[in-house]
Amino acid sequence: MAKVVAVTGNEACANALRQVNPDVCGIYPITPQTDMMQRFASYIADGKVDTESILVESEHSSMSACIGASAAGGRVITATSSQGLALMWEMLFIAAGDRLPIVMPVVNRALSAPLNIHGDHSDAMGARDSGWIQLWSENGQEAYDNTIQAFRIAEHMDIRLPIMVCLDGFIISHSIERLEYLEDQEVKDFVGPFKNFLPLLDIAKPKSYGPLILPDMYHEYKRAQHEVMTKVKDVVLDVAKDFEKLSGRKYGILESYRLEDADIAIVILNSAAGTTKDVVDQFREKGIKAGLLKPRLFRPFPYTEIADALKHTKAVCVMDRADSFGGYGPLFMEVSSALYQADKRPAMINKIYGLGGRDYMPSHGAQVLTELNEIAKSGKVNVIKEYIGVRE
Amino acid sequence: MATPTLKELSKKEDRFTHGHRMCSGCGAPIVVKIALMATEYPVVVSNATGCLEVSSCISEFTAWNVPWIHTAFENSAATISGVETMYRSLKKQGKFDQEVKFIGFGGDGGTYDIGFQSLSGAMERGHDMIYICYDNGAYMNTGIQRSSATPLGADTTTCPAGSVIPGKLRNRKNLTKIMAAHDIPYVAQASPSHWQDLFRKVQKAHEIKGPKFINVIAPCNRGWRSKTNDAIQLARLAVNTCYWPLYEIENGVTKITVTPKEKIPVAEFMKPQGRFKHLFSPENEGLLQRVQDEVDKEWAKLLKEAKTD
Repeated sequence: MAKVVAVTGNEACANALRQVNPDVCGIYPITPQTDMMQRFASYIADGKVDTESILVESEHSSMSACIGASAAGGRVITATSSQGLALMWEMLFIAAGDRLPIVMPVVNRALSAPLNIHGDHSDAMGARDSGWIQLWSENGQEAYDNTIQAFRIAEHMDIRLPIMVCLDGFIISHSIERLEYLEDQEVKDFVGPFKNFLPLLDIAKPKSYGPLILPDMYHEYKRAQHEVMTKVKDVVLDVAKDFEKLSGRKYGILESYRLEDADIAIVILNSAAGTTKDVVDQFREKGIKAGLLKPRLFRPFPYTEIADALKHTKAVCVMDRADSFGGYGPLFMEVSSALYQADKRPAMINKIYGLGGRDYMPSHGAQVLTELNEIAKSGKVNVIKEYIGVRE
Repeated sequence: MATPTLKELSKKEDRFTHGHRMCSGCGAPIVVKIALMATEYPVVVSNATGCLEVSSCISEFTAWNVPWIHTAFENSAATISGVETMYRSLKKQGKFDQEVKFIGFGGDGGTYDIGFQSLSGAMERGHDMIYICYDNGAYMNTGIQRSSATPLGADTTTCPAGSVIPGKLRNRKNLTKIMAAHDIPYVAQASPSHWQDLFRKVQKAHEIKGPKFINVIAPCNRGWRSKTNDAIQLARLAVNTCYWPLYEIENGVTKITVTPKEKIPVAEFMKPQGRFKHLFSPENEGLLQRVQDEVDKEWAKLLKEAKTD
């Protein structure tokens, strides 16, 4: 029986983690994630989970300890944001290279300098090449549901890769929303017991984790890592199917909103997708065929599915809440790569929005759709990359 | 606990086996081999990036007969603290029932410098583990660069003895004392030249619950510019000159475990090493004296601490 609650995104994720009851948790504070691990620490202190925490002295040590714990053989979690994820960067590649199914909510926040504690996607985008699976979440419900599904995906015997569940800092992490919780037992049964694979604590069969691999085999090793990633999509869909049976909530690798017959479309991640859906509705009422595409799985990136979903449109704007200075936004680069392979492709523009917690307003979405409508008519793109909502 | 004889030791199974690619005459593998023999319990090892790591596990070969993990350079302590935490969690939940010991290894670069925070954090958190530093006084794996363990006056590739600057101008960081200041139950300094003392210290550390730190001098003929057959002799000279005193601090009580019969001048330890060659030129007489003064000062301090306690 689902339980309806009014909670923040952080609280929802912490509750999902409690329901999963992992063996080890690395804890280190960073805004806006702090509150999630604080809540989890209370569950430990109150004996509501069996988890042993490691109260580390940095995020670098947090990920290092999580890698050690995961290699030892058990279910491991941590959570972070922004500079914390940046400090972990070196270790993210090692967690993925060692094929360790660590689950980590990432409460998305801007990167320094200048220092800014508010939400954007620079942190997770900076980690996109680390070999971690990334699931993105529009709201608290998705963050909760993704956190639960993340364990099944990461721990799948064909996958065994670490996974990030991304949710927007403050906008989702600290806003109270109406959510439906699953029962503890339902989550426990859905996730199932942790299955060990080559645990370090198998004393009778000593293993060496983390060898030196020279040019004779390194290239092959990395290709193997990519090949594992190509299997993730199917697993995500299978897990989503099971989750739908349990919760009634449907998930895919992307969400299409009024996109099937759309002439113009916005591609956007996380919380701003919610705002944009309202704007799409307003344009539809005006008779303009607008639509939206929200990727849920960003790594591995579903190139074919994204191209299929967009190729019939006339103009697309990819909106990035992160930047690559001197380049296009990271989401734009992926979506345009996906569409380049399509026989027919829309005109494309890239808007950078909402950096460092700058509000994304319905008027911004309307501005973009108006421009797209013009591009759809003329077929002409003047400026590919622009900043919106910026003070001039 | 009796320390075994060499004959008895020779019958024990090697946990760090032959086939590793450490340089001929390197002190580090001797330290590791003895340390791993010093308990009958299963041991899980973590290893910082460095000579020991790159030479002992090159895919698809490993010299480690015990579970071993290497993740990166600065986090041997954090990594093994994670393994130990999973062990405690699984034990608590009744999912694992063996008694296992945990050791983190690192060179001086991975311990004194880049791994210092991770080590300090793991010790403060109280994990039941031993951290063993094999200290060869520089970043030897990358080609003899200065670390905070590099001795005063030494010539390295990043503090070369030049015509203006005569090598390293700063004294070494006293990491053993810094670890003692963490108020952990056991801290010791050891040397492969005194293998029974080293064996006993590791053996004792395993029997003590909580975090332990042992700093072991590990001569490196490549970096020290010495002969390939004099590692043990140089380690002994380090002890007998009081450059590397053998002592332990157990629950705050300092005990010198090996007192040299005769404290010989530190120049005797330095002379066979090319990294100190320039200090024997007349213009560097002052610096050589400073090295002796530092050794005397530290030794006097240690004697006082051991006596007071």
